[in-house]
Amino acid sequence: MDRMDRNVVVPGDLLSDDPKTAGEGTYVKDGKVFSLLYGMASSYKDKVRVIPLAGKYVPLPGDTVVGVVQDIVFSNWIININSPYEGLLHISELPRKIEMNEMSKYLRIGSTAMIRVKDVDSTMKVELTMNDRRLGILTRGRVAEISPTRVPRLIGKGGSMINMLKKELNCNIFVGQNGRIWVDGQDDDMDLALRTILIIEKEAHTTGLTDRIMDFLRVEKEARS
Amino acid sequence: MIGMDEKLSFFKDGVRLDGRRSDELRPIKIEVGVLARADGSCYMEMGDNRVIAAVYGPREVHPRHLQEVTRAIVRYRYNMASFSVEERKRPGPDRRSNEVSKVSREALEPVVLTSYFPKSVVDIFVEVLQADAGTRTAGINAASVALADAGIPMKSLISSCAAGKVDGEIVLDPMKIEDNLGEADVPIAMTPGGDITLLQMDGRLTKDELKRAVDLAKAGCRQIYEIQRKVLVDRYSHMEPEICDEAVAMAGEEI
Repeated sequence: MDRMDRNVVVPGDLLSDDPKTAGEGTYVKDGKVFSLLYGMASSYKDKVRVIPLAGKYVPLPGDTVVGVVQDIVFSNWIININSPYEGLLHISELPRKIEMNEMSKYLRIGSTAMIRVKDVDSTMKVELTMNDRRLGILTRGRVAEISPTRVPRLIGKGGSMINMLKKELNCNIFVGQNGRIWVDGQDDDMDLALRTILIIEKEAHTTGLTDRIMDFLRVEKEARS
Repeated sequence: MIGMDEKLSFFKDGVRLDGRRSDELRPIKIEVGVLARADGSCYMEMGDNRVIAAVYGPREVHPRHLQEVTRAIVRYRYNMASFSVEERKRPGPDRRSNEVSKVSREALEPVVLTSYFPKSVVDIFVEVLQADAGTRTAGINAASVALADAGIPMKSLISSCAAGKVDGEIVLDPMKIEDNLGEADVPIAMTPGGDITLLQMDGRLTKDELKRAVDLAKAGCRQIYEIQRKVLVDRYSHMEPEICDEAVAMAGEEI
């Protein structure tokens, strides 16, 4: 039943006979490693792991995400982080001190912000922070949403894909781990950026994608000028 | 329609009324990802059964009091469309669909890793568009594929099928006429490893007959499992293996 010859695995597929190699997306039963997910199996640093093809974002401390304010409660903003769990941004986690009655001046319901996950406890209470130079409220630009599992593909190996997009499109692009992407630039550049991002999401599992996206951008830009 | 009192033969020239051998399944067709709004979905045909399964989640639990602190809950709704049977079915849940929902949920729950998503819910909806005996097994098969499609962590897929008894003989995957006029119906669900998660019996069987029925249904489940697996694998047949190596750690670092 060894299915490592094919790259796509389904839950329950046997991946390895050595329990020491069990990585992410796997489980061990009777000294054998099985897949826990429907995804792609790969070896990485002597470990076998399975990268999912779909799934929800589960917050981890240190992740940078794009959040939308859902509600304001006593000294906290409740933030939708595109996950089964909502995030809490405390008033003290803003870079400067603000009063409680002024909360909605900075972040209103519906406001978008770049936020970092500070801590997640065992009851899945997600604490967020904005106390970093690179974080902040997003007042310009647009936000796109893709599946969180496609985020690594959008960034590419060593950031190859995202850097190419930024350069070719003259846009500032930020990819949140939760699958929300913030794009800022000129209107027609942003249009093209969002369209390109959706293509990358749809074709994330195909070969030679970076080159094809490059060609696509070239054609689109020629048509524009 | 054939009356109950008439002596009816379920076999003609050694094969069943639809031309199958006694250990043969009806033709199966599976399509994955048929619904854009659902997190995972699957359309399945088992003979003349047509079902569609949609999976949502893990997501926030509403109403809140159903929430479990240490694990995700699983909800399963089996529903028959009013046009799915010959005589119009009164829409809405009834005694039968409540029971089918419960046993189907219990057939799938053992393989779902609910502890990965505390305080959340995985919702499974199964709609029967056309019924021809064995809709619960078709629903479980479709739901299992839809769960995988939604990226829910599971120990394995679940496959399900029924065995029945007609004319004193044990047959696999009874169709409507065999189910309605036959002597027994035994639906089961199991993991590819052979663990049974659903076992029901309607009708009368001897101990030996039940054993044979379960063995036959198990063999059917194994065939279904291979189809389920193939459909999922073929969906992404041309993969780029190199991208999934280091990229994960990179996300979020780009501003």
